[in-house]
Amino acid sequence: MKHTTIFSKMKFKPNPRSLLIALTIALLLLPFITDALLGRGWVRIVDFAMLYIMLALGLNIVVGYAGLLDLGYIAFFAVGAYCYALTGSPHLALAFPVAFPDGVHLSFWIVLPLAALLAGGFGVLLGAPTLRLRGDYLAIVTLGFGEIIRIFLNNLNAPINLTNGPQGISRIDAVNVAGAPLSATQNILGISFPSVHLYYYLFLAFTALVIFVSQRLEKSRIGRAWMAIREDEIAASAMGINTRDLKLLAFAMGAMFGGASGALFAGFQGFVSPESFSLMESIMVLCMVVLGGMGNIAGVILGGILLAVLPEVLRHSVVPMQQALFGKIIVDPESLRMLLFGGALIVMMLYRPAGLLPSRVRRRELGSDEVAEKA
Amino acid sequence: MEIFLQQIINGLVQGSVYALVALGYTMVYGILGLINFAHGEVVMIGAMLALSALTSLLGMGAPPALALLLSIGLAMLGCMVLGYSIERIAYRPLRHAPRLAPLITAIGVSIVLQNLAMMIWGREYHSFPQMIANHSHTFGGAIINDIQIIVFVLALAIMAGLMVVVHRTRLGRAMRAVAENQHAAQLMGVDINRVISITFMLGSALAAVAGMMISASYGLAHYYMGFLLGLKAFTAAVLGGIGNLRGAMLGGLLLGLIESLGAGYIGDFTGGFFGSNYQDVFAFFVLIIVLVFRPSGLLGERLAERA
Repeated sequence: MKHTTIFSKMKFKPNPRSLLIALTIALLLLPFITDALLGRGWVRIVDFAMLYIMLALGLNIVVGYAGLLDLGYIAFFAVGAYCYALTGSPHLALAFPVAFPDGVHLSFWIVLPLAALLAGGFGVLLGAPTLRLRGDYLAIVTLGFGEIIRIFLNNLNAPINLTNGPQGISRIDAVNVAGAPLSATQNILGISFPSVHLYYYLFLAFTALVIFVSQRLEKSRIGRAWMAIREDEIAASAMGINTRDLKLLAFAMGAMFGGASGALFAGFQGFVSPESFSLMESIMVLCMVVLGGMGNIAGVILGGILLAVLPEVLRHSVVPMQQALFGKIIVDPESLRMLLFGGALIVMMLYRPAGLLPSRVRRRELGSDEVAEKA
Repeated sequence: MEIFLQQIINGLVQGSVYALVALGYTMVYGILGLINFAHGEVVMIGAMLALSALTSLLGMGAPPALALLLSIGLAMLGCMVLGYSIERIAYRPLRHAPRLAPLITAIGVSIVLQNLAMMIWGREYHSFPQMIANHSHTFGGAIINDIQIIVFVLALAIMAGLMVVVHRTRLGRAMRAVAENQHAAQLMGVDINRVISITFMLGSALAAVAGMMISASYGLAHYYMGFLLGLKAFTAAVLGGIGNLRGAMLGGLLLGLIESLGAGYIGDFTGGFFGSNYQDVFAFFVLIIVLVFRPSGLLGERLAERA
């Protein structure tokens, strides 16, 4: 009766109410505490960490739930970001001076669902022909797709200047909430909220939404079907699951999350360029999912926080440390960071393949019960 | 017509390098069913090692021919050690793990190699020393230079040599046996681990030569050169039918041709909308199209479609 125990453990146990309230208050106060202790730059880093968490949760649907390795995930993020960059900035005035003399300035809230849908559409376009292939082919094709998108973004500045090439698109409109732009300091109830704080709350709300949707998906019929496919595709299809459609759905759903985060990113930064959407970013998001624990929401969040904050800590510690020890900079923090990532990926797969906080199902499936018990 | 011929020549030379790298992918895939993601980085390390050895040997006053031979040998040796260690550390412990696991360690290995190379050799481009006068020959209006000829001929010779090894020697028979059925091969007394290690070392030695060739023909080497090259060579392997040696050679040459003809003519076909800066996109489109319409590749017998 091992199964009953496993599944009874999986049941959603609501946190004690007091804990939840404490967590909410802590999260609401976080930007002010960070600002006071570490400075405003770190609030910005926290904002980026939230964006990464959203991305990682989106990728978690594809990699963690459905078991499809997507190495070009950042391309969907790029699609979302450019979607808002084009429809929320003066840029299109360059390409179509007659039709749009001031560029296009749609509201962020109209573009957001469109960006998600467009990215989802790209996901279907890419997934439809490739999802019947074996997993490692999918990995390569998605990797290639990510590169294609980047090459197009880099080169679509001539003859019609759509993307402005490597320079990217700037002066993107800020996100408006209730008519107030989040790019300026706002006074609410006598407290002044700087821009980074306001975006923090926006991202917090979206992250909460993404977590909620992920959690509901995981426990739904669809989520269980995804996990069945991940574990044994043939058995799953023998059970009457339409594996092709469901894999496509996972792909599209992950892409939609990516697209929505992309639009948020463009609004927050006010600037996008192809540089932000390199393969390394895809790998970074994948690292978050893998290190944290594929298929486990808490694990993915942990992975996202670790990998988004760690580089900044390294940046602030490695350079002064080397200066003190050797009197010069021997290893630049960027390559040290990547070196650590690469090493971490290898070590994790060898010794803890299910991640730091593995999901229970995944742990069993990867046959690392002994590892889990030892830990 | 001259342009057409020129593109054909460039394509064949480039394609022969792709073919050498593709062989490394396809040999490993044939035996382990694993995409050795880090293979492109092995090519890069080979190029960098060869270049460093070459410049320091020439600096010491060694005769060019000797320096070239020594540095190729050194690069091949270095890459063989590297290939062997990659297999031991990152792939062997995961041989029976789910498919995702070795793929992720492979990504890890390539990140590590890339950044190590960046630390050792820096971010800048390294230029290949000019050793022989690189004569150009006109051939029906098109231009071909000495380095291109050497690259193409050497690549063909190495491929022929590999075919002999695989089809005529004891080791080759063992490799084919392991590819066919690991367990049966083991029962017949084949030391699987040894065969797999040797396969990795052979592939890495080819990668070193390919790296040297590509840096000689472009005159440059760079820590980031392995990524795109690896991806294209993998495409070539898939195009020809992954797991099939002849397929990898055919796929490499074809991909080189597609790329250079595509880049040469895309401007004319699209009325100047797309230019030759889209050259790198062709490989990916070819990859997607092949996977959609003929996942087993041109010469592939194995069915690539498996859950």
